[in-house]
Amino acid sequence: MFRNIALIAASALTLTAGGVFAAGGEGHIEDVAFAHEGPFGKFDQFQLQRGLQVYTEVCSGCHGLKFVPIRTLSDEGGPGLPEDQVRAYATQFTVTDKETGEDREGLPTDNFPANTGAGAPDLSLMAKSRAGFHGPYGTGINQLFRGMGGPEYIYSILTGYTGEEKEEFGSYFYENTAFPSGWIAMAPPLSDDQVTYADGHRATVHHMAEDVASFLMWAAEPKLMDRKSAGFVSVLFLVLLSTLLYLTNKRLWAGIKGKKTA
Amino acid sequence: MAGIPHDHYEPKTSGERWLHKRLPIVGLLYDTIMIPTPKNLNWMWIWGIILTFCLALQIVTGIILAMHYTPHVDKAFASVEHIMRNVNGGYMLRYLHANGASLFFFAVYLHIFRGLYYGSYKAPREITWIVGMIIYLLMMGTAFMGYVLPWGQMSFWGATVITGLFGAIPGIGEPIQTWLLGGPAVDNATLNRFFSLHYLLPFVIAALVAVHIWAFHTTGNNNPTGVEVRRGSKEEAERDTVPFWPYFVIKDLFALAVILTLFFAVVGFMPNYLGHPDNYIEANPLATPAHIVPEWYFLPFYAILRAFTADVWVVIAANWLSFGIIDAKFFGVLAMFGAIAVMALAPWLDTSSVRSGRYRPMFKWWFALLVIDFVVLMWCGAMPADEPYATISLIASAYWFAYFLVILPLLGVIEKPLAQPATIEEDFNAHYGSKAHPAE
Repeated sequence: MFRNIALIAASALTLTAGGVFAAGGEGHIEDVAFAHEGPFGKFDQFQLQRGLQVYTEVCSGCHGLKFVPIRTLSDEGGPGLPEDQVRAYATQFTVTDKETGEDREGLPTDNFPANTGAGAPDLSLMAKSRAGFHGPYGTGINQLFRGMGGPEYIYSILTGYTGEEKEEFGSYFYENTAFPSGWIAMAPPLSDDQVTYADGHRATVHHMAEDVASFLMWAAEPKLMDRKSAGFVSVLFLVLLSTLLYLTNKRLWAGIKGKKTA
Repeated sequence: MAGIPHDHYEPKTSGERWLHKRLPIVGLLYDTIMIPTPKNLNWMWIWGIILTFCLALQIVTGIILAMHYTPHVDKAFASVEHIMRNVNGGYMLRYLHANGASLFFFAVYLHIFRGLYYGSYKAPREITWIVGMIIYLLMMGTAFMGYVLPWGQMSFWGATVITGLFGAIPGIGEPIQTWLLGGPAVDNATLNRFFSLHYLLPFVIAALVAVHIWAFHTTGNNNPTGVEVRRGSKEEAERDTVPFWPYFVIKDLFALAVILTLFFAVVGFMPNYLGHPDNYIEANPLATPAHIVPEWYFLPFYAILRAFTADVWVVIAANWLSFGIIDAKFFGVLAMFGAIAVMALAPWLDTSSVRSGRYRPMFKWWFALLVIDFVVLMWCGAMPADEPYATISLIASAYWFAYFLVILPLLGVIEKPLAQPATIEEDFNAHYGSKAHPAE
């Protein structure tokens, strides 16, 4: 009796917890099969590098990435740029030195600059701060197996423009099928072949959106691959430990329960 | 202690005797770990160990996180990101701590409902139950304040909504709220005191856990039959019990390993599943999130809080009878705390002479309904406060109170219990055959 009740309650709890977020998003979020999804998913290093290029050439015009240290661009499990490239990359930014108070060239130890000029939100954690795709049927099961769904949200925003625009009190709004209210203040940022990828990869809006969404997932969760491998090793050892304890327990109680010991 | 008769610690060497005369600490540990435990305990008796582990996990990870965290409104959010990105293993510590809270509450709810089903709260275990309820309240306070520390949007707005509850107390509410917050609104003073208390309360909980264990080690464990261990002699008691070490230590460790396997799968593969995305946005007092939702473990009581709106007749009646002092908001606050208070009073509200739900044919169904009711409340708490959720919340809240205030007292009078086994040994042998015998 109690076991049944407990099982039903536990499964209901899981579904309820997923449903918590189902109430949030109204926009249409497209599901994308990112390389980093699933328990064994890994970031595609070259996709992250392309995403960094899109971020640098397009997004960084208005958005910042203030929590991300530039040096992490060379980290394993990230874009994995060589250190001299990272050093060269950092020099494009002008940073006010905390100790001298004077402007200088950026160093890898600095963070990406914040950018609030256009009132655009910081993108450091964007991929984790949007619920994204909750399907199927709002159960959140997609989240369970594929991660937060934030990159899907970013991809859907970037590809969700209908081409309609309107003016309200002097500001322009652009119709977007993914944005909760349907009208977003950001003008369509991407157009086909806006960047030229060094690896010859195609640069359609769809490709660039996927690449930058993947990059922003890395920016939000740089230790994703470390975490998954730590999780995998933990689960493996705990399964082994559980098995040993199960056998120990069985042997231990055999005498009490009047069963034969093997 | 009028405990179950069993062997006590005998110091054997001169060194042991020297220590035992001055500080009988080895004897205390021996008696604790060798306590006679009913041998028919089922798998619902594992949650205590899981909970003890959770408390230790939260304290250890929490102390290390506190070394890297900065409790200041301008720096808290960034310091959490510092932990996630720059501290060695910091992402793991933080995800263990955040999901550890969820495991803690998951286990405590199963632990509480186990107690409710098998009548563990009944005489002579009322103190164990009451201390447990106080621990549960402190856990809620600690978890609530801990959720404020990352200083995300849900942290800030959750704190604003929940501390606003104190403002609902008639007359003195607003001064109390200001005093709690350290100012007119949630701000740096609030964050600082919440950090301080979030660090303090787990140690208060740890002390109360010791009292909780002391209390049920005095009365002995309840068990699935609810029948007491025979205490006439040591031999008699040994037919109903086995020592905690090694039998239950190994069993509980096995259960803990299984639960931890699932826990580490969550931490490793979907650590943000139970969190809210809005908490990855830094707190902004000027932008209210579309839906302010507490963590999943608060949802049932959040639903009760919201269920009693101004158009409900009980609220109207209370308002009229109290000459307008009790309004809908204050009624909701009273209902929320009342929901836990009636649960704490269960030992005196349950009139049945039979302890375990196993032998109570009617009680079983009302109890099953209570479990469903709890899940429904949790679901309602996550939904917006519109129809049909408002009506469902109200019905579910009403059942919660009816179960404790009406059904439990009445059942004891009208229910015809089934025959209980005479002894724990009889129940155990019915499961494992009469060949069962003590290993010794």
